Amino acid sequence: MASSHQASGIQAGRLAAADIADNFGDLHPAYDAHEAAVAADRCYFCYDAPCMTACPTSIDIPQFIREIQAGHPSSAAKTILDQNILGGMCARVCPTETLCEEACVREAAEGKPVEIGRLQRFATDTLMEKDVHPYSRAASTGKRVAVVGAGPAGLSAAHRLAMLGHDVVVYDAKSKAGGLNEFGIAAYKSTENFAAREVEWLLKIGGITMDYGKKLGADLSLDGLKADYDAVFLSIGLAGVNALRAAGEDMDGVRDAVDFIEELRQAEDLSALPVGRNVVVIGGGMTAVDAAVQSKLLGAENVTIAYRRDREAMGASRFEQDLAASKGVTLMFNVMPKAIHGDGAAAEIELEYTQVEDGRVRGTGETVRLAAEQVYKAIGQSLQGQPEAVELEGGKIMVDATGRTSVAQVWAGGDCASGGEDLTVTAVAEGRDAAMDIHASLMG
Amino acid sequence: MADLTTEFLGIKSPNPFWLASAPPTDKEYNVRRAFEAGWGGVVWKTLGSEGPPVVNVNGPRYGAIFGADRRLLGLNNIELITDRSLEINLEEITRVKKDYPDRAVIVSIMVPCEEEAWKAILPKVEATGADGIELNFGCPHGMAERGMGAAVGQVPEYIQMVTEWCKKYYSKPVIVKLTPNITDVRFPARAAKAGGGDAVSLINTINSIVSVDLDQMAPEPTVGGKGTHGGYCGPAVKPIAMNMVAEIARCPETHDLPISAIGGVTTWKDAAEFMALGAGNVQVCTAAMTYGFNVVKEMISGLSDWMDEKGYTSTQDFIGMAVPNVTDWQYLDLNYIAKAKINQDDCISCGRCFAACEDTSHQAIEMSADRVFTVKDDECVACNLCVNVCPIEGCITMEQVPAGQIDERTGKVVSDEYANWTTHPNNPSATAAE
Repeated sequence: MASSHQASGIQAGRLAAADIADNFGDLHPAYDAHEAAVAADRCYFCYDAPCMTACPTSIDIPQFIREIQAGHPSSAAKTILDQNILGGMCARVCPTETLCEEACVREAAEGKPVEIGRLQRFATDTLMEKDVHPYSRAASTGKRVAVVGAGPAGLSAAHRLAMLGHDVVVYDAKSKAGGLNEFGIAAYKSTENFAAREVEWLLKIGGITMDYGKKLGADLSLDGLKADYDAVFLSIGLAGVNALRAAGEDMDGVRDAVDFIEELRQAEDLSALPVGRNVVVIGGGMTAVDAAVQSKLLGAENVTIAYRRDREAMGASRFEQDLAASKGVTLMFNVMPKAIHGDGAAAEIELEYTQVEDGRVRGTGETVRLAAEQVYKAIGQSLQGQPEAVELEGGKIMVDATGRTSVAQVWAGGDCASGGEDLTVTAVAEGRDAAMDIHASLMG
Repeated sequence: MADLTTEFLGIKSPNPFWLASAPPTDKEYNVRRAFEAGWGGVVWKTLGSEGPPVVNVNGPRYGAIFGADRRLLGLNNIELITDRSLEINLEEITRVKKDYPDRAVIVSIMVPCEEEAWKAILPKVEATGADGIELNFGCPHGMAERGMGAAVGQVPEYIQMVTEWCKKYYSKPVIVKLTPNITDVRFPARAAKAGGGDAVSLINTINSIVSVDLDQMAPEPTVGGKGTHGGYCGPAVKPIAMNMVAEIARCPETHDLPISAIGGVTTWKDAAEFMALGAGNVQVCTAAMTYGFNVVKEMISGLSDWMDEKGYTSTQDFIGMAVPNVTDWQYLDLNYIAKAKINQDDCISCGRCFAACEDTSHQAIEMSADRVFTVKDDECVACNLCVNVCPIEGCITMEQVPAGQIDERTGKVVSDEYANWTTHPNNPSATAAE
């Protein structure tokens, strides 16, 4: 018997299992053949296509759409995967609305771009359903590369290196691969265990050994890896979470949003996951939206995103903001956390209104209180656990255009490395490009 | 990935996709770009005799027929053969062939219908190192008025005569390009073979007027207030080309004559279809002019993918495979019975099948009050018009009625015996059944 939206406190099973399954179904259901044909027909096959330029992995989009149009989606999948080995996940999570679809000439012409993301999913799904891995390893080079972090950057690097004939060992502190694909992406974007299935498919290239439960700084050292391997690729992501620095931050019910999302992604039964009647998420990026929306989908009555600046400054794309609003999440702007009140456990959050003066956020003195049994912190992540030897830039591991760090033999990519947006697709590009540079460097 | 290497008249190219003689193959610049994009070969835009070249109208030179969303379906051109000097063309051909030894470079030629004219130009073309020549007997405009182009292509005797000259004065393969502006393409094809031609290529463009400017009251493209008939090409002409290729491929006298197919090839499938009907390779023009040279990439990946799926390792494995199944109408099996079937899960209730069938065909589709469309087997003749007007691919299918079951429309039991019109009792000139 499901408890309801209005049940007080933090409760599991606010909604019936069937409703939860519905809520967490694909945000964008997969295309069927007819939908794909109609969508593909809209492509104008531009020259030096703007969509291709906008794609961080430079997928030949007109080519793959043409291949779908000509009736061979498996070729389309290969065209995609040639540039982006995680094209399946990227099709599900990429903010196409700010990348390829924003650049699409049909966005300019009619305000309705070609549905590139959904077409990409159609193509990659077709190939993966056939369980085809269309790549084979080159002859063994005898070289060994260590990859630290099995997220998109690390997996992308590992696949490319293995394909070129190198032996790769991928370490990860967790017990599963996938990084944020597995632990961080909203569940309704990665349904039916897709992240794990994609990793399994990727590993079919052969030559990649996974080593779980190994953390840099604890079980592994950079010096040790440099000694045992010919090259090292660091793709450790951003494990640190920024603190609120507000009173009551340590109360029960106050958590890092990424922990909540990880728990949700790994839950066997979502109806057993407790959610507050009133949930407040502090922050304005994609993580904040994911935490807020998923709390609502679990059955919370009131979910609010509290962001310290105005709508224009929000990190989450307009699409994501609208998604949150359409799911019933309230978006509050120009408020920052002052204190969390409660008797050991959070019951209320006190927010102070803000003004931006000379680019800086300042409290106005006026406050407002919201009921909140759960408060999620989503105000940014930071680098943690990096080796001391590597130089940092802007709080991230400093790398050049090819991914080289300040330490010889050591490359880095993904969220942990400087430059580039913190997106899955950017991580894949950086992993791939670093792998090419490592390969060139090792082969002389 | 399947090996697309194709040998045509002993000329090897990495794939069967050549560019046809047209603006895309006019200059070295274009041809190099084409080869960089991956085309297997080109037929250089038609050369004329030494001396002042022809002059084109400034423009416009093209008219078009569009499908939905301005998708180009047919292109009409009033452009002529090369308007650049013979010398420059020959220099460029020599350079390009040298730089791309593994790609086919064929030179298209159109000179007056006199032996001396051919005798003069052929050694110069031979000297370029090109792999072969193509005789342009096809231009329906501009040159025909001067006794060249289609004016030759419509007269089999001239085709044979000029082809003989070419075999006399040129040592490499001679491809004869045929015009479709003719009653029966087998005549020119036989003439080309009789003249010693090594292959035929077809089709050249079709005489046409695509549209009329209703303000200027003149055909389009309108030049200075007037228009003229032009050469039509593109996806719209593929069916005409396919039929002519098939006719030559199955005609006993010409079935061993290699064919280079031209006419609306846009995707891998178009190429595969032409090749199944007997073409050794295909030449593309409109698709490249519509989308740029990168169209070849899909052709390559698509053909390769399909060959892998079917287990073909070489294009030789499937060339001509459909030819034995091209027959005359009177030999089609009148005992083959099918019925249309509408898949209710896929149907979106647009009613287009009903409109077509009820108004213009056999009234074999029923429309219920709540817009459910079903086939009436007792009226359905399986004409398959409904399939062709339905916007959802695969929603309506033709299901064969197995032998032994009753065809509800005729009340007769379906027979598994082959029987055609030649023995049908309704046929006044029926031959007696054996």
